[in-house]
Amino acid sequence: MTRFTTALACLLLAAVPAAQAETVIVSNERDNTLSVIDGQTLAVTQTVPVGRRPRGITLSADGSRLYVCASDDDRIEIYDTATMAKLGEIPSGIDPEQFVLHPDDRQLYIANENDDVVTVVDTAFRHVIGQIDVGVEPEGMAVSPDGRIVINTSETTNMVHWIDTQSLTLIDNTLVDQRPRDGTFTRDGKLLWVSSEIGGTVAVIDVGSREAIRTIGFRIGGISADRIQPVGIELTRDGRYAFVALGPANHVAVVDARTYEVLDYLLVGRRVWHLALNGDETRLYTTNGVSGDVTVIDVARLEPVKSIRVGRYPWGVVVKP
Amino acid sequence: MIRGAAHVVIAFGAIAFGLMALVLLAAAGRSEAAGPQPVQEVRVGYLSRAVALPPGLSTLQVAPEDDGLQGARLAIADNNTTGRFTGHRFTLAESVLAEDGDVAAGLAALDVPYVVSTLNGEGLDRLLAAAGGGEILIFNAGAADDRFRNRDCRANLLHTLPSRAMLADALGQYLVRKTWKRWVLVTGPSRADALFADAVRRAAGRFGGRIVAEKTWSEQLDIRRTAEAEVPVFTQVAEHDVLIVADELGLFGEYLPYRTWAPRPVAGTQGLVPVAWDASLEQWGALQLQSRFRRQAGRDMTETDYAAWAAIRSIGEAASRSRSSEFAAIAAYIRGDAFEFAGFKGLSLSYRPWDGQLRQPIPLVTARAVVSMSPQEGFLHPQTALDTLGHDRPESECRHD
Repeated sequence: MTRFTTALACLLLAAVPAAQAETVIVSNERDNTLSVIDGQTLAVTQTVPVGRRPRGITLSADGSRLYVCASDDDRIEIYDTATMAKLGEIPSGIDPEQFVLHPDDRQLYIANENDDVVTVVDTAFRHVIGQIDVGVEPEGMAVSPDGRIVINTSETTNMVHWIDTQSLTLIDNTLVDQRPRDGTFTRDGKLLWVSSEIGGTVAVIDVGSREAIRTIGFRIGGISADRIQPVGIELTRDGRYAFVALGPANHVAVVDARTYEVLDYLLVGRRVWHLALNGDETRLYTTNGVSGDVTVIDVARLEPVKSIRVGRYPWGVVVKP
Repeated sequence: MIRGAAHVVIAFGAIAFGLMALVLLAAAGRSEAAGPQPVQEVRVGYLSRAVALPPGLSTLQVAPEDDGLQGARLAIADNNTTGRFTGHRFTLAESVLAEDGDVAAGLAALDVPYVVSTLNGEGLDRLLAAAGGGEILIFNAGAADDRFRNRDCRANLLHTLPSRAMLADALGQYLVRKTWKRWVLVTGPSRADALFADAVRRAAGRFGGRIVAEKTWSEQLDIRRTAEAEVPVFTQVAEHDVLIVADELGLFGEYLPYRTWAPRPVAGTQGLVPVAWDASLEQWGALQLQSRFRRQAGRDMTETDYAAWAAIRSIGEAASRSRSSEFAAIAAYIRGDAFEFAGFKGLSLSYRPWDGQLRQPIPLVTARAVVSMSPQEGFLHPQTALDTLGHDRPESECRHD
């Protein structure tokens, strides 16, 4: 019996791709904490108390600093990823939900959900550089690889707002399906993928014309269409896959990023929210809001391999190599 | 006749303006699309009338004076934020009548193509009579009466407030799912209470609940002083799982829980209550709407506020999708197949083509928490589970599709 258990344990371990030195950090919206997961053991090693209602999180270019949106404290907090000690705070405008760090590693573009603006702050001097008026409930943020364009999605206005990073002005707005949540540029900067939670679709938008060239829908047998609510999107660097978190459908869709065909649906935890690929893109981590866990997906085999219990309402996720 | 003529002139003006805007846009070319656009105005009206309340109510049960109006104002602000990018400007004309106010005069004073009404059933009858079948779209955000979704329906009438049948069905599904199927029904003295009781009986028949006893509350005493003595005796009835109360004004229902003869939960208009909206809703982004509302109004968002908000957001959504400010285009878009909008209830909302009712999930709440959201799992429908609540197409006496 013991031998059998050991053998089973070995098998299970073998199922997880080669041991990683990476660290996974998750924000727990309801617990006001971060969970730190060791990529090697896939266990939570530390739970760090942070400001109230932590949602969006992102790393500095070298991974040494972690920025956290403390939504209910109206500020961004900075943590040292080596020690998880707090380094300081940055003003963010009211109710920061999501943000994106410009490739210059200095400017943070922050969606202020309650204020219908995007706030730009300089992380070195820790002051506000500018604010741009956008639609109602700004949420998703993305920056083009060349750093010239930042986009914001507004959940109630249902638009993608295109911000010129030189002049900090709006250059265009693109109407998309209901409640756009997340946006991601392709590596070449030519296309932008945007998820619409209530519309149930993902739009692939041509950055040149700023018009949708494709709208991707999803169907899962046995799950009613209105439960399919796309949120987080991750694109692999090789341009092969797009992963789309489908919210209360409890699945992650695997999309062929070249043909836009949906290849598979992977069962994860309840109300899957955001996604993060690790450095070598062998693993995809998902935050599952309602079940309070993180699912680890083996990208080569397109299979969920483990779930890890974290705090209540895990929201954002980043992987530090 | 004079009103009709005035409308023609306004409509003609709007078309001319729309054409001009199109020409301007075409001349400006694509690169200018994000810049200043010619602004098109969309005028919305809000109509309400104060209602006399009977004596003996707890002060906690009295609705705020601006109930509904604050929801309308928030939706106008939301629409205008979006309007900055689509070239629409929404304005709200407000007609808040006293108890004896004249509904027809209130409507005439608004002089707008879209009217959001928080009038009760009797007031809505007057409004419909005054509006006739002209170029006007009325959003009913105040009358839950099922007759407006059936024999008294109109082609130019939409409902953002759920009907009593929807509320009772939402509760009935939950109770049946819990296998709490034996119900005692206690009905208050008002006409509205009788209508709610009808809806509960209908829900029992649809979903497999059984009403084992019915009682009428006619006590004239001040229930707040005598409940402990009265309620145990009153509720000594047949074996049951749940006591369902129909008391829309809150004359006695609040005093039933914890005082019943048998230890049974209370549901209906008090206890576990099916609602259009409640301050305890947080999921599905609702927290954002709640805090936006609190910031503006300095109080919690009520069901009437939500219904008024949903009405004006529908107009805003139709204006931005149809890229128009013309009445015909917006009204057609709202009732069309493509219309949907996100109303912070987890599913996309749309209007039923046959009776103009807004399809929506119904939360079941207690004083400070959400217990469940209906439709419940397992109640199936060939189109959308939302149509298991209220009068579905084959049952409806209304045929506007």
